[in-house]
Amino acid sequence: MRPSLLPAVVLLLLAAAGPARPGPAAGVEVLTTPAGIEVWLKREPSIPIVAMEIAFEGGASLDPEGREGLANMVSGLLDEGAGDLDSRAFQDRLDDLSVRMSFDAGRDAFHGSLMTLTENLDAAAELFGLALAAPRFDDGPVERIRGRILAGLARDEEDPHVRAWRAWRRAAFPDHVYGRPVDGTPESVAAIAAADLERFARTGFTRDRLHVAVVGDIARERTAVLVDAVFAGLPAAGAPLAFPDAVAATGGVTVIDMDVPQSAIVFGLPGPMRGDPDYYAASVLNKALGGGGLNTRLFEEVRKKRGLAYAVSSFLHPHRRAGLWIGSAGTRNERAGETLEVIRDVLADIVENGVTDREIADAKAYLTGSFPLRLDSNEAIAGMLVAIQLFDLGVDYLDNRNGYIEAVAAADVRRVARRMFDADGLLVVVAGRPEGIGETAAADR
Amino acid sequence: MTILRPVRPMLVLVGVVLLLQPARAGDGGLFGAESFTLPNGMAAVAIPDRRAPIVTHMVWYRAGSADEEPGGTGVAHLLEHLMFKGTAKTPGGQFSYIVARNGGVENAFTGYDYTGYFQTVARDRLELVMELEADRMTGLLVTDEDVETERRVVLEERRMRVDNDPGALFSEEFRAARFLVHPYGWPVIGRQRDIENLTREDILAFYRERYAPNNAILVVAGDVTVDELRPLAERIYETIPPVELAPRERAREPRQQAPRRLVRVDPRAARPSLRMTYLAPTHATGPAETAYGLEILAEVLSGSTTSRLYRGLVVDRGVAVSAGAWYGGDGLDASRFGFWVAPADGVAVEEAEAALRAEIAELLERGVTEDEVARVKRRMADDLVYARDNVASIARWYGAWLAVGLTVEEIEGWAAAVDGVTVAQVNAAARQVLAPETEVVGVLLPEEPADAP
Repeated sequence: MRPSLLPAVVLLLLAAAGPARPGPAAGVEVLTTPAGIEVWLKREPSIPIVAMEIAFEGGASLDPEGREGLANMVSGLLDEGAGDLDSRAFQDRLDDLSVRMSFDAGRDAFHGSLMTLTENLDAAAELFGLALAAPRFDDGPVERIRGRILAGLARDEEDPHVRAWRAWRRAAFPDHVYGRPVDGTPESVAAIAAADLERFARTGFTRDRLHVAVVGDIARERTAVLVDAVFAGLPAAGAPLAFPDAVAATGGVTVIDMDVPQSAIVFGLPGPMRGDPDYYAASVLNKALGGGGLNTRLFEEVRKKRGLAYAVSSFLHPHRRAGLWIGSAGTRNERAGETLEVIRDVLADIVENGVTDREIADAKAYLTGSFPLRLDSNEAIAGMLVAIQLFDLGVDYLDNRNGYIEAVAAADVRRVARRMFDADGLLVVVAGRPEGIGETAAADR
Repeated sequence: MTILRPVRPMLVLVGVVLLLQPARAGDGGLFGAESFTLPNGMAAVAIPDRRAPIVTHMVWYRAGSADEEPGGTGVAHLLEHLMFKGTAKTPGGQFSYIVARNGGVENAFTGYDYTGYFQTVARDRLELVMELEADRMTGLLVTDEDVETERRVVLEERRMRVDNDPGALFSEEFRAARFLVHPYGWPVIGRQRDIENLTREDILAFYRERYAPNNAILVVAGDVTVDELRPLAERIYETIPPVELAPRERAREPRQQAPRRLVRVDPRAARPSLRMTYLAPTHATGPAETAYGLEILAEVLSGSTTSRLYRGLVVDRGVAVSAGAWYGGDGLDASRFGFWVAPADGVAVEEAEAALRAEIAELLERGVTEDEVARVKRRMADDLVYARDNVASIARWYGAWLAVGLTVEEIEGWAAAVDGVTVAQVNAAARQVLAPETEVVGVLLPEEPADAP
């Protein structure tokens, strides 16, 4: 049911987080605009700026086969001319108003970000709306941005970590959009035509796929009017998004030969999806194993004890249609085999012996204590509010999230370790000239 | 544990002072920072932002890679790594454990002129991290084994950041050609052989001589006021005795009289690129109007996609995929004004270079315009409003500028100072600095150029 009166807004005021002063998580309102667009708003009048973060579900997953990198190329072109303003006029206007506008193609969503001084709010919103509803894709900017993307792809070829990550994805999802590169390939980017760009913008930016968060120096009523002004020009609905769920492939070691002194090692396994009941137990487990901070099993064994790497870490990477647990390390070629061995041993030990109660308590303390630190700016809060919408976690997530972590039982963490980790099933890609690592075929492909 | 590149030149420094004068910037300043100095010489600044119950606590030492000895490069950075090893009170890596157990995030960084340590925590944990940081200011315990392990880690860090990356490797060589004598010519992380040869005693000597309250700056940003910070600082940091500090005298770069050019062919490089720098004064060396002028000049040339170089080389002439200019005005002794260009497909690096040089010639001949300077001043002022959204970044600027001698009043008065720069001063700075005999050009090529037709 939708509120019926103008300027009716649904107000869902969250309780203040603490007794002393409400934190940034408090005071998030969910309102519905006259045109029916849901907006999550947090008012923050202390600085005369407004941040708007938006996302359209879909993103690079919508790239047609052979046109990989399409969403990414669109993201580079929306502020290169729209409506009556050509590229030069549009950029001049942004500059005149000190408006910061950017777009980014994610795997599951296309993100947009607007930052403006409060005094330029209306003009900024108009430009943002124009960029989404009426991008021009003129030849000059299209070729210029294509050139920039191709140069970036060429540079990526120099970087063993980027090469290893891309190869890991291809191996993990050989038959799914998640295996394709968001930035595309030189061939696919070269093949993208203006008609492809136009089709993406016309069909990809629809209001039924839209999520919006606004944080800053702006009143509730004005937010509603402004949001409608930005998105009114977009179609109400698009084709349903239909992707199959996917499970990452397991097993196998691939080596990409590169003439570099340090090998980039990327490893991973299927992980829980965001809505999986085990997600929070997996978060605690991953923190103890390799996520965040300087106190993890991997950090201890690989770096602190043996000095094998500067960077070694792991993380959960939930996609909309797949869950991943992935990690990486960089070790000089001569000791790459030893490093991979240590990583496998750590996993095997955790499967066999579990993690200790103390590790679990430490991980929980870090995860709950550091969560509010991520909400330290208008921009960060707006980004978090959109992410919560994308994963459908509910507006009360900000209040409840630490409770979900606290509620994780030690037995669940150990069970999830056995479910998730399989040292033999690890899918590994190494870029460099690693010693002591032989290629093996995938176990189940 | 990162190597910090100089912060984006945002704030300006004039002169070098050892102690901060008590200051209240109040409503007229940019960020409302307030400062005081403890009797033992430790400077302290509070930068309030009460939006969230979070604080970032930083301690900066006026000690960096440029304070090392030739042949002993990398000691400042290796010490930074070892600072996480432990003290008598907090042994065996407990420092990071305690910070994490309290939900904090932490790290450290090393630059040419400073080294900094920071933790971001809930405001009620501020006292705890202050106590930890004060303890390791003088209480560090390091074993030979710690040194060996961390040496290996740093060598891996070097491989990852530098040796694995053809552009970074060339930058290191280019920098050495830029500064023939001054320590800004060596890499912050250190040369590989130096890192391999540093001894525990080298590291501890650097520590004992430079890690002291009278060589340190405390910056706390976030949900804190100077009145809340002062008693904590007095109780926790004031008890640490000062040491006698050696003056920071670095080798002086001789006047450059001939342009230098490096051409490196590296098959690992994907595409050709060109860079060019000129020696430039900093806000520390002065004169101030030159430094301010260069800040504005860099913005006119390269501040946005509407700026001269992007419009000229990338949009209008199509000879480059990217092009720009920069000025790093935050060095204690010297700095550079730089340019870069990445040629478009099918464009020879010489052609892109010629186009860049034509822009520079045009600049020197006709100068920047009133309109350009007015636009840039407005953009820079607006950038400062946006900057207030991230108080941790503000803390970082503060620390970096204070570490090379700026006062709180000067930082808080930066916008007004920029606003006072005239077009004539910008053009004078450009003509003074962009002198052909002081240029160093670096060209990185993926393959030998084909024979000229």
